[in-house]
Amino acid sequence: MLSINNLHANVADKPILKGLSLTINAGEIHAIMGPNGAGKSTLGYTLSGRPGYEVTDGEVWFTPNSVRPEPVEGPSFSTTSEDSKNSPSTSSGQAVDLLSLAPHERAAAGLFLGFQYPVEIPGVSNVQFLRECLNAQRKLRGEAPLSGGEFLKIARAQADAMGMDMEMLKRPVNVGFSGGEKKRNEMVQMGILDPKLAILDETDSGLDIDALRVVGEGINRIMRKPDKAVLLITHYQRLLDYVQPDFVHVLAGGRIVKSGGPELALELEREGYAEIAA
Amino acid sequence: MSLPLPTRRDEAWRYADLDAVARLWPLAAPESITVPAGGSFSRAIVQDAGGVHQIEMHLGKGARAALHILNIGGDYGRIELNVTLNEGADFTLGAAQIGSDAQTLEIITNVTHAEPGATSRQVVRSVLGGHATGTYLGKVAVARGAQQTDSEQSVKAMLLDRTATANAKPELEIFADDVKCAHGCAIGELDPMSLFYLQSRGLTPPAAKTLLLQAFVASVFEGADEEEALQDAALQKLGELV
Repeated sequence: MLSINNLHANVADKPILKGLSLTINAGEIHAIMGPNGAGKSTLGYTLSGRPGYEVTDGEVWFTPNSVRPEPVEGPSFSTTSEDSKNSPSTSSGQAVDLLSLAPHERAAAGLFLGFQYPVEIPGVSNVQFLRECLNAQRKLRGEAPLSGGEFLKIARAQADAMGMDMEMLKRPVNVGFSGGEKKRNEMVQMGILDPKLAILDETDSGLDIDALRVVGEGINRIMRKPDKAVLLITHYQRLLDYVQPDFVHVLAGGRIVKSGGPELALELEREGYAEIAA
Repeated sequence: MSLPLPTRRDEAWRYADLDAVARLWPLAAPESITVPAGGSFSRAIVQDAGGVHQIEMHLGKGARAALHILNIGGDYGRIELNVTLNEGADFTLGAAQIGSDAQTLEIITNVTHAEPGATSRQVVRSVLGGHATGTYLGKVAVARGAQQTDSEQSVKAMLLDRTATANAKPELEIFADDVKCAHGCAIGELDPMSLFYLQSRGLTPPAAKTLLLQAFVASVFEGADEEEALQDAALQKLGELV
């Protein structure tokens, strides 16, 4: 699904990512944890093409139409990223050079970035915004646009599933939403846009316990499928109680310094980053 | 005809020096609109051909008037409003001007609260790209004794290019001591983070800009008789800018 090789990226001429490599296969959920300033958000922004995040070296290949080769029986976690590299799940589909695409092309290819701080857009209703986005993506993929009715049906189902009422969906994007509502709205957007790969940047920050559960269930419902993958960027183990990762990586100093299974997250929580990132 | 159109070289020209546009003369006499006591009036104006348009309005006691204006056409498009409010009258202006290339667009208002208890509310939004200049010069005058005047001016401009110019000058001239006169003014650029957010959801850069600009101007036409036509005309012009 996603293959990052030796990625270097600068923000305002300051190197932040310094040789990051990571492979994510279809059907997998990866969590990236790490101390403040390690480059976690930079990774999400760089992969989604935010202006000002300048790639200076490395490559990223995205294979949106890959499917996990065989169903996995029970949790069988590989502990090194070497294993996953040896089992490429590109059974179908063409790999695209992600970094050569504009942000909207990356979205149309199937990439979704869940924002740590979702942006407020006064004057633009959620439904108008999302219908335009979905149809813009469909157009780029050569698919027919959805009618208002078809779109509303999808939007209603996704909003219902996240416990968000339609009235809220008609309100301007994120304006006056609480922190938790914004994150729910990100999940509604993800459900409607139905991406292949979701990069979720601290989707758990600012959530109370109930909202955390709802958002966690949303991630599982929308993204835990053989033809999808998730990269969770988080500071805390608590989201991983709801969304079981297949792999956990520690990002420090702009590189992945350690990878492991879900137990690594617990270890981090116990020991702190200093010990492991050292 | 060698006289240039008003430029940003000279501060005074920006607003009101009509000698600079003498080639547009002679002007027709200002249109005169009188709304009788207790009456109401509304109109939508799309200025799409340039020139100077002058309107004088007189609102009688308790009369209400609403003007919605889209100022988009011509090298030079100027709309001048002179409004006089009698006791308890209510005046609303919702205006957008959208300029590209070397257009000069101006909205000049002079609202006089001649008697007590009148209200006026002016909302003006400008979107300017290329080398366009957009100006709002709005004076609210409160006559001696026009107590309980309630007036509001909200002026915002969005610059799409560093070569575009926005001028905004709300003015107050108050000769009464029990009045509420609010004015606010802001000139800015599209927020890069908002643009990126929209693009990350699949909108092309022009579509993302258009959506943000549409939202920026849309509020001025809310409640207009021909709201949809105004919004459509604004959207079309915005599409030419991004």
